[in-house]
Amino acid sequence: MTEREERRFAEVPRESIKLMAESTGVELSEEVATLLAEDVCYRLREATQNSSQFMRHAKRRKLSVEDFNRALRWSNTETVCGYGAQDALPFRPLKEGELFFVEDREINLVELALATNIPKGCAETMVRVHVSYLDGKGNLEPQGTVPTAVQSLSEDLLKYYQQITRAILGEDPHLMKVALLDLQSNSKIAALLPYFVYVISGVKSVSHDLDQLNRLLHMVKSLVQNPYLYLGSYVRSLVSSVMYCILEPLAASINPLNDHWTLRDYAALLLSHIFWTHGDLVSGLYHQILLSLQKVLSDPVRPLCSHYGAVVGLHALGWKAVERVLYPHLPAYWANLQAVLDDYSVSNAQVKADGHKVYGAILVAVERLLKMKALSLTLAAEGGCAGLPGTATGAVGFRENSLGLSPPPEPLSEPPLGIASHLQAGGAGCPWEEWTPVSLPAMYCELYSFFGDSLAVRFSTDPPLGGAPPSGSRQPLEGRKEPASGAPNLENTRKMPQLTASMNISPRQDGSPCMEPQPPSLAATVPGRSLARSSSSSSVSRSRSSSSRPGRSTSQSRDIFPKARFPLPQVGPPAFSFIIGGRQMGRRCQGRRFQTSFTPTPPLTTLPPRAYAHKLPVIGRVSKPVRRWTCSHYSLHLPL
Amino acid sequence: MAAVQDGPKELDAEKETKPEILSDGTSNLLGNTASGTLSSSPLTAAPAGGATKMEDQQTLIAVLQFLKRNKLSESVEILRREAGLGEHQEDSQATDGSGGGKGDGDGGDANSLLSRVSITSAAAPQSMPVKKDQPDVSVVLSAYSQQGDPSLYQVYYSGLKNFIESVLDCHRAELSQLFYPLFVHMYLELVYNNHETKAKAFFDKFSGDQECYYQDDLRILCSLTKKEHLKGNEVLLDFRTSRFVLRISRDSYQLLKRHLQERHNNQIWNIIQEHLYIDIFDGMPRSKSQIDSMSGSLAGEARREVNKAKVFYGLLKEPEIEVPLDDEDDEAENEEGKPKKKKTKKDSLGSKSKKQDPNAPQQNRIPLPELKDSDKLDKIMYMKESTKRIRLGPENLPSICFYTFLNAFQGLTAVDFTDDSSLLAGGFADSTVRVWSVTPKKLRKVKSTAELNVIDKESDDVLERIMDEKTASESKILHGHSGPVYGVSFSPDRNYLLSSSEDGTVRLWSLQTFTCLVGYKGHNYPVWDTQFSPFGYYFVSGGHDRVARLWAMDHYQPLRIFAGHLADVTCTRFHPNSNYVATGSTDRTVRLWDVLNGNCVRILTGHKGPIHSLAFSPNGKFLASGSTDGRVLLWDIGHGLMIGELKGHTDTIYALKFSRDGEILASGSMDNTVRLWDSMKAFDEVETDDFTATTGHIHLPDNSQELLLGMYHSKSTPVTHLHFTRRNLLLAAGTYNSQ
Repeated sequence: MTEREERRFAEVPRESIKLMAESTGVELSEEVATLLAEDVCYRLREATQNSSQFMRHAKRRKLSVEDFNRALRWSNTETVCGYGAQDALPFRPLKEGELFFVEDREINLVELALATNIPKGCAETMVRVHVSYLDGKGNLEPQGTVPTAVQSLSEDLLKYYQQITRAILGEDPHLMKVALLDLQSNSKIAALLPYFVYVISGVKSVSHDLDQLNRLLHMVKSLVQNPYLYLGSYVRSLVSSVMYCILEPLAASINPLNDHWTLRDYAALLLSHIFWTHGDLVSGLYHQILLSLQKVLSDPVRPLCSHYGAVVGLHALGWKAVERVLYPHLPAYWANLQAVLDDYSVSNAQVKADGHKVYGAILVAVERLLKMKALSLTLAAEGGCAGLPGTATGAVGFRENSLGLSPPPEPLSEPPLGIASHLQAGGAGCPWEEWTPVSLPAMYCELYSFFGDSLAVRFSTDPPLGGAPPSGSRQPLEGRKEPASGAPNLENTRKMPQLTASMNISPRQDGSPCMEPQPPSLAATVPGRSLARSSSSSSVSRSRSSSSRPGRSTSQSRDIFPKARFPLPQVGPPAFSFIIGGRQMGRRCQGRRFQTSFTPTPPLTTLPPRAYAHKLPVIGRVSKPVRRWTCSHYSLHLPL
Repeated sequence: MAAVQDGPKELDAEKETKPEILSDGTSNLLGNTASGTLSSSPLTAAPAGGATKMEDQQTLIAVLQFLKRNKLSESVEILRREAGLGEHQEDSQATDGSGGGKGDGDGGDANSLLSRVSITSAAAPQSMPVKKDQPDVSVVLSAYSQQGDPSLYQVYYSGLKNFIESVLDCHRAELSQLFYPLFVHMYLELVYNNHETKAKAFFDKFSGDQECYYQDDLRILCSLTKKEHLKGNEVLLDFRTSRFVLRISRDSYQLLKRHLQERHNNQIWNIIQEHLYIDIFDGMPRSKSQIDSMSGSLAGEARREVNKAKVFYGLLKEPEIEVPLDDEDDEAENEEGKPKKKKTKKDSLGSKSKKQDPNAPQQNRIPLPELKDSDKLDKIMYMKESTKRIRLGPENLPSICFYTFLNAFQGLTAVDFTDDSSLLAGGFADSTVRVWSVTPKKLRKVKSTAELNVIDKESDDVLERIMDEKTASESKILHGHSGPVYGVSFSPDRNYLLSSSEDGTVRLWSLQTFTCLVGYKGHNYPVWDTQFSPFGYYFVSGGHDRVARLWAMDHYQPLRIFAGHLADVTCTRFHPNSNYVATGSTDRTVRLWDVLNGNCVRILTGHKGPIHSLAFSPNGKFLASGSTDGRVLLWDIGHGLMIGELKGHTDTIYALKFSRDGEILASGSMDNTVRLWDSMKAFDEVETDDFTATTGHIHLPDNSQELLLGMYHSKSTPVTHLHFTRRNLLLAAGTYNSQ
């Protein structure tokens, strides 16, 4: 037997034959084993040869175990059982010796038998017709995606589907609860998933009915929480439905009595939940969500409730999202918001109330951002002493983090408004990318420039945060320049802290008021930062002042934010003369009360976002008992 | 062996007497059977032709058995006396027969033997239909026993090889044909005489010289190294039982003969004498390409004599049906086109029905079922549809609709459409047959007997009333087989469905009740294909037992057994006039069988792989066959010539279909494509002068690319079936393959 011949086929060596014989207790001589081995090889080849015709006639290219068994059966040989699986059986070698075997795992039959997750029968075989070529020319249409499983519903499933949808969308709250619970835990509804998703996509048609929207969102939540469902690409559809609830100016929000704010909060929460649990199913989902939120935020034509949705959405997605999208947008957006808030005309009342909501949401978001940042810094610094190097590394580490998370800068830098371009021009030397390494103090400073005391105070009230909380006495660096022109008395009643203070800030001083022990290493960057920001914020305040001119802000039928066409009096950058004045000082308590009524600050670690959302609805909830606000659209006249 | 030599002569004799036989046969048939169908009685077939002594004896014994079984003891006595058969002889033979691996049903045994007589005597002298007969095997094997020195085999072979390589070019190609059969026989001799190592050395040395299209057989051959293994190996058994046929010009043959005599090379001469059949012809030696195009089958080329029988390939006269042309719906459809249409209709009808095609068989050559009213209605529908048919051509290609089977996890193995494209049947590897309605009309069962009793039978809509509306559904599943269903076929009247399966049965299903009516047993081995006659009633099946059988719906035993293929019959097709059946086989030949007498009238060689699809052109003149090698071959049935080779597919061709007018040939393959070929051009271009017709030496133009009109890809769906609707829309079917 030549070597070449041996290699032409799979051979069963005589040693194997001897081993097999031994295992059944027969002793074979060398000669017999050789003969047997040859015969076995031949018979195997013969059977394989014969089995190929079964493959050919089954119109397959792959020889299956079943084909081989048929060949055996027709030659009156016992068939080989147990290898009929469609998937290839892994054939593995044993590390220790030259032993090869087919993996054969043990199956716990008890577990299998008692499993609640009973696999469904495979989908029905069906025929679909498709015009492939018309008049022999070209593909008329692509053959279409062949569904992975064209499942048709069994009677039972259909009934279940009808019952569930009826219960959820029906009137009985108890029934709804039961239905939702079942949806959350039922293991056999995979086939219904597309149907439910379809139902949920009906949000667009019921945008007038808050109640239905709410129910649908609950349905989403149940589906997302069902551990037996693989959402797959349906995540995208669900997300788009939820985003609709978050961002769209729903028909229901026309009536100020409708509490669509709660809906948006809930949807935002849901969004973050979907993202955190199923975000891996769709690549690039996070970016897509961020982009769409940002698009809404930067679109001044959108109503305030949309902006509100974008803010809460960002907030729900986490502080990183806030830092990346909301924070850099804030200067531009602030101007618009300010314009709304500064408009005291009666016709603007409703809009203004909405503006307050947005304001509150932003405040909550940025506070969390600050806290989380501070926390991350302290956590980073914890290793070393709270000394300088630790913070430095922390800062660096953070920088990297935020860089990694940064969304593509182009859409962000694209000027949504004249303001923004102005801002960019004004903040020359402050290219967009630079926002990433914003240090906590700088960020705080900037934010403080918007929120003033309300931010500071709330921050200070949160003990768990390390570092010295800035107290009122430790004055923030930058204040808002109170517009000298036409700020009527009423303006004082605004919840915005109207701080006017005059202070010369030198770079060195810049660091000291910050709650963090200012590392000298940062001090180098901070001045530039604050410089740029201060210039921008000054222009912001300018814009506010200009836009609050009477007659400007009243025309808000279409455009919520009147375009601010103010001249750009470039403030000489190095001259830091800001008035941080406590015009509102005396009223601070009231102002604060307003602020705090949004929520007790969400302590980041202890309180999950859910709690926040739970409280957040207080903002606009008509029925909630902060009595003075019963008519939220009159909030304008509320003494703050 | 003497009988084998006699084959051609007998054929000539047969041919001369053919007219008589024909008339005899038909009158016989009509006289015998009141139903007017082909008789299944063995007596009609028995007198046909003389056979060898041994076969004679077998026949007689079979007849005796038959008589005995039917308790005709007196006839038995007479027959035995006349034939001079001893009782013991018969008994021993009988046990032999029943003990054989095939073990047909009791009745089937006798029947098959009888049919074999008629076949073997006339056309397929080399065939040994019952392949696993042990006596046969030993007879054949013993032919190898007395041979010379095994060590000299290599010398002999290389001596011949040197000689052939040194002869003139024109002879070399012809003589090279000898290599393969000699090689195989010498190898088998070595193996048979237990010279295992020498056989292997011989194989290793010379196997590389063989033509590439013999690779598959060589692979089987080289796995075989023991005498014991020879017995069970079917492929090689065929090789030995049949004589390999070579066609060599007289000059070349003389050259070879002289050489072998000079060298006293008896070894090779013996093999040539005993195992080869050299078909000598006068005239120019053939070129290499000519030889290559015809060779490739398991047993060499077909003898010329085999293909000499006349084939009535013309179409039968259409029955005369008055088409109610002035239908209201026709008028409603379009008024201006109407008068024209009318004329053309009448013309087409007239031309078809009045002129008798000279090549057509007699109308009643094969008894055909009478047309029922419903059939006439259907014919009318057909004619109406065909007036709306699109004329296809190279400029006007058909649209293609693809029917994709989704979720066919169980494996789709066969598909068929009804002629009017209203129903679709699929055979699956999980033994089920599923029927779908392609039109909006749902499938309904007939009501149960109890419910049927209460129906008013006089009412006009009784046919509608008998249907059970509750059972209406788009598809029905037919359970009954116990193995993969390899073939399905609708009856022309759409009332029945046939399915053939691995379990060895062909089943007839009613499409009224969706139940199994009959299970036709006889093949005993997997049945690869089945098809209804274009006129219904008859059907043909072919399977692993190497025979094709002709059945009638109301007979549980086959009427004819077409034996002769050396390997599995993989596909079967009826000629449009229902008088002939074409079969394709794993032995890489296509055979055409006469339904009337069961004779093989054509053996078509040239394929290099198992044949998996066949299609007759609508005019009955041509045949297309597709095989695993991805080539479609076109045949002229009248002359028995290959007239075209269509290359292009890269995988097995499982579907072939001519358009309704025969202008376009569509082929569907495992390579996920449908290709359209200009069959008109292919048929026209071939020159069938007398010389080629008589010698069968054709020279094929290599024009596949010109003939290819279009290639159409599916996404990932092998094409299992093709069908042209009555208006020439091409329907394709296959199962989506997700890998």
